[in-house]
Amino acid sequence: MATETAVDVVMPQMGVSVSEGTITRWLKQEGEQVEADEPLLEISTDKVDTEVPSPASGTLTQILVQEGATVDVGTKLAQIGGSAAGGEPAPEESPQEPATAQAAAESAQASSAESATPTAERVEEAHQAPAQASETSEPSGNGKAFVSPVVARIASEHGVDPSSLDGSGKGGRVTKKDILAFVEGGGAEQEAAPAAPAEPQQPPEPAAPQQQAPAQAQAQQQQQQPAAAAPPPQASGVLDQAGETLPGETVEPMTAMRRGIAEHMRRSLDTAAHVTSAIEVDMSRIVAVRAKLKKEYQAAYGVNPTYLAFVAKATVETLRDYPYVNAELRGDSIVTRSFVNIGFAVELQDGKGLIVPVVRNAETMNLLGLAKGIADIAAKARNKQLVPDDVQGGTFTITNPGGYGTFHGTPVISQPQSAILGTYALVKRPWVTQDELGNDVIAIRPIMNITLTYDHRLVDGAYAGRFLKALRERLEGWEGDGG
Amino acid sequence: MAEMTYLQAISDALRTEMRRDKRVFLMGEDVGVYGGAFKVSLGFQEEFGPWRVLDAPLAETAIVGGCTGAAIMGMRPVAEMQFADFISCAWDQLVTIAAKQRWRANTPVPMVIRLPSGGGFSGGPFHSQNPESSFAHIPGLKCVCPATPEDAKGLLISAIEDPNPVLFFEHKHLYRRIKAEVPEERYTTPIGKARLHREGDDLSVITWGAMVHTAGEAAQKLEAEGVSVEIVDLRTVMPWDRQAVLESVRKTSKVLVLHEDTRTGGFGAEIAATIAEEAFEDLDAPVKRIAAPDTPVPFSPPLEKAFIPQVDDVVAGLRELAEY
Repeated sequence: MATETAVDVVMPQMGVSVSEGTITRWLKQEGEQVEADEPLLEISTDKVDTEVPSPASGTLTQILVQEGATVDVGTKLAQIGGSAAGGEPAPEESPQEPATAQAAAESAQASSAESATPTAERVEEAHQAPAQASETSEPSGNGKAFVSPVVARIASEHGVDPSSLDGSGKGGRVTKKDILAFVEGGGAEQEAAPAAPAEPQQPPEPAAPQQQAPAQAQAQQQQQQPAAAAPPPQASGVLDQAGETLPGETVEPMTAMRRGIAEHMRRSLDTAAHVTSAIEVDMSRIVAVRAKLKKEYQAAYGVNPTYLAFVAKATVETLRDYPYVNAELRGDSIVTRSFVNIGFAVELQDGKGLIVPVVRNAETMNLLGLAKGIADIAAKARNKQLVPDDVQGGTFTITNPGGYGTFHGTPVISQPQSAILGTYALVKRPWVTQDELGNDVIAIRPIMNITLTYDHRLVDGAYAGRFLKALRERLEGWEGDGG
Repeated sequence: MAEMTYLQAISDALRTEMRRDKRVFLMGEDVGVYGGAFKVSLGFQEEFGPWRVLDAPLAETAIVGGCTGAAIMGMRPVAEMQFADFISCAWDQLVTIAAKQRWRANTPVPMVIRLPSGGGFSGGPFHSQNPESSFAHIPGLKCVCPATPEDAKGLLISAIEDPNPVLFFEHKHLYRRIKAEVPEERYTTPIGKARLHREGDDLSVITWGAMVHTAGEAAQKLEAEGVSVEIVDLRTVMPWDRQAVLESVRKTSKVLVLHEDTRTGGFGAEIAATIAEEAFEDLDAPVKRIAAPDTPVPFSPPLEKAFIPQVDDVVAGLRELAEY
């Protein structure tokens, strides 16, 4: 230890009012051995002339300030131990020693604590000499241990330990750019690479020793907790860190929303027994009623009575007769409800994700109320104005990919619900029907495919089929204007 | 398009609206025969007559009170304070009456008060202030602070159209120093929408008024050092474009809020607080403010230079953020 770790010799503070000192004589030359507390050099200040004892035992590897020079208190005068070049030993030791990152952090903090006004030179020196400077081991408030809010967020999103990275910020702080570069580069070229692959395999282990280290600030614990609490994504294999990239590939960090969606989709498929049934609905009557209502609703209420609103209204009514479709498996029990909180899948811009805001107590709403409720909540979702209550408590979900012309799909159930309804493109099709004499004729009819994806653990196929049939009958035989 | 100074763009907006709408009229000290202290309304009395370009007595209370009454009766008055500083005389009419009329009686007050503001020419404590934050704090008033000729014209027309009392802070230091292409036809610039003055990746500066140009010069210096600075020109401080500010913060994670008004209780404090509340997890450095110190504006040119944030001050602040 004596010669392996570099220790700085600095100009001591010889009195409160003393700010500088002159080196009158070096008592040891470069390459000589010194013992701790052995006189190393003589200095002269405006108050006293004195000998300076060596702060450590080892080889005097480097003299940085020559005799006759006057320097500020705190200036590094020489180095004991380490190598003459100043910084080499640390990187060599880094991979082997578990406490190295922490030691480097302490050293960076200690160096910046030496003087209130470090010069650019001295900051550079601090980077070059990551040593155990025992006489100045108090950590400063800033430096490497401080994790800014955005770095903490990115670290927890990607399961990275910021203290394992080289920081380019003030006092060696890890900046947003540093951590993004690490994440985007897959961590491969970084010095701290060995730490990164180790983490996904055994997340709690690297966290534990660092939390015990006195020099590590609370900020680190905060950042550790999410990382340690993230085993499910790792177990599912969805959220592994990006590996090496090939030419032409682009890597972007996963947003919190995308992470949430990924986790939820996987969990839903692992939980529910998904089965999808589809039915074709002749929407002639709805088209006619809607054409009639549209102007009135627009003019009087500024609301567009969308097909989705009609389907939602008919669905809410049908759910009353089919409570298991609006139910939930909770432990060993089946929970049914007298109310319908209906979620609507809303896509955010540019494929940036999807959110399912909820219209509550849809069973109390008429067509106008539902149309308005859907429009309001979709607008809130797109404008990022949703509050947590807006996306919780759903009992059934409707997704509407038909706007893009798709005619079939098998959506994933929003847990812990038992079913999700899909509505698809309204298409004019040749349709076999009967004329007033009972003869088969082919007519042009607006047809919509509707799917019900249900959790087969709770909902039987025949039950789902009856639900869809009842829903179709409600839509095809729509009565009145607004229900 | 025509090249116009900031001042010409303001005159152009006034002329455009007065030709278009007979309800629009001007009132202020020396705005008529003399053409305004800064010659914004030069030639207006000849074109529109003495009843639409009214010379008022030295009584800001009367000017703002008269305009408030005219606005309530359906006119579209545009008042001029000879210097923004003098609006303190009209505080009661403006804050007690005009700002609250809509709440009290549901009557709109479509009035504009033009406020030649800002320092930089040794005008001293009574002719150099930027009092926008005092009025941004008053519910019912809108505060507009354009930085470019194009925005000065578009925002003044929007202000005249607006059914609320709008304070139009026109920066005297920009009057003849800033020149740019301005559309000759009538157009409006929305109140409450910021403008991206310069796009960048590393740091954001949120500012308005003359400081937009100070920030622009500082950003050029930083560019030479390899630091890319984004500048958001708020254009209006009430209402202000939170979304644009937060978007920029989320992009760069390091923010400097810059204004010429004094620091304590300045509008920058509101912006910094909002960023801390709504974008905390996007921050990579403390939100930094650069503003004037909490003193009156000094007469002495060297002192005034020390008072108003200069390009070098902004460069130093940006460097500090970049290094953080």
